[in-house]
Amino acid sequence: MIKVIAMRIERHPILDFPKKQAIFFMFEGEKVMGFHGDTIASALHALGIKTLSYSISKNRPRGFYCAIGNCASCNMIVNGVPNVRTCITSLEENMIVERQINKGVIK
Amino acid sequence: MTYKDLIIIGGGPSGLCAAKTALEAGISVLIIDRSEKLGGQLVKQTHKFFGSKDQYAKTRGFDIAEKLVKDLKNYENLQILINATVVGLYKDKVVTVLNNEKYVRYQAKSIIVATGASEKFLAFENNDLPGIYGAGATQTLMNNYGVLPGKEVVMIGSGNIGLIVSYQLMQAGVKVKAIIEASPTIGGYKVHASKMTRLGVPILTSTTVKKAIGETEIKAIEIVSLDEKWQELPNTSRIIEIDALCISVGLSPMHQLLSMVGARMKFVFELGGFVPIIDDNNQTTQDSIFVCGDAVGIEEASSAMMEGYMTGLFVAKHLNHPHPNHEKLIQYYEEQLKLLRDGPFGEKTKVGLSKLKEGDTHA
Repeated sequence: MIKVIAMRIERHPILDFPKKQAIFFMFEGEKVMGFHGDTIASALHALGIKTLSYSISKNRPRGFYCAIGNCASCNMIVNGVPNVRTCITSLEENMIVERQINKGVIK
Repeated sequence: MTYKDLIIIGGGPSGLCAAKTALEAGISVLIIDRSEKLGGQLVKQTHKFFGSKDQYAKTRGFDIAEKLVKDLKNYENLQILINATVVGLYKDKVVTVLNNEKYVRYQAKSIIVATGASEKFLAFENNDLPGIYGAGATQTLMNNYGVLPGKEVVMIGSGNIGLIVSYQLMQAGVKVKAIIEASPTIGGYKVHASKMTRLGVPILTSTTVKKAIGETEIKAIEIVSLDEKWQELPNTSRIIEIDALCISVGLSPMHQLLSMVGARMKFVFELGGFVPIIDDNNQTTQDSIFVCGDAVGIEEASSAMMEGYMTGLFVAKHLNHPHPNHEKLIQYYEEQLKLLRDGPFGEKTKVGLSKLKEGDTHA
């Protein structure tokens, strides 16, 4: 079971973050929850999940770095498609999200 | 293939402003942007801008983005493509785009590359651990998605981005344990630095990160002091426990598409890295391919906007469709840019730009 750590901002002096509709998706075989407006990476980070993939040769854990689609550090397998930039991909209901451990396989 | 007068790659501050003046001149424009929302990095900037009223001073970044988008509302000649990544730019002004898993092509008479910049990285042991983020990335995470990067962080770099993002981290409820700076002096504006000091955040100059500590994600960092030759001073090692580390050590222009199309490039340290050689009209060495904003040298969003307005005018004139007030507007935006660059922090840009005009040998 994924241990949920509260990483959502509740109060902010300038910005409003109203509660949005929940989106359920699968992460590594477990059903987890994000919200409308999330990217895949922001939803996972809000759950305290920082490791999104493993490096190809040394298997080192990797999280995102740039959060704007530049660096490819957040690439994951989404609905079976590898190398999805999860930091700029909107979260959708029932998405199947998996950590990537290789360069990606073309099916 | 779809044909346009002008394709603008990047819908950030400079791209949006270029679109405005080009549309005013009456040419057709396509803006292509990678993200789901126009405005570039303005959309995550909660702070108020400096400068004069003409440069959108005292307005928050995300409000400026909204205004720039609104300014384009009534032009029938405008097409906007979002969630679209440009993957190729060719000499015949063909732009290839990945949009919703589809590969599409567009062609134009002129191109403006307004791709902005990316955050630089820093070399240290374990710098690939999850939990190590660009300062801009944490800003995106917090201000756009309402998610905290961590509970306790250290910021590397005391330039304006490092200082401003540190403040925004605190606004979101994060504890900023320290801001560390390798050089002996603070990089950003004093007003930002003083604000952090008043809030009790130490700014440690002549200090750098030696390594990140953690197995699956960052748990702590080791920092050390540096001497005047940037060498580690013995017995100065300190461990700070954190769950996120922010890196703010500068930006690099996003030059890839310009390099791909064969525009002559030059490495200019003062402008942040590889930048295209340009003429007085912001045209690169590739005919009809123009550039503006951070892609031609790192500055602030205010300058990027003024440069964008000018470049839209240059392109319209280049296509023999000049804006009715061309001369007057160019003069106005030139003055605005001069005002922005005349401060002490504009000196670096001015040196960089003069090197850029010297030719294409390495600086």
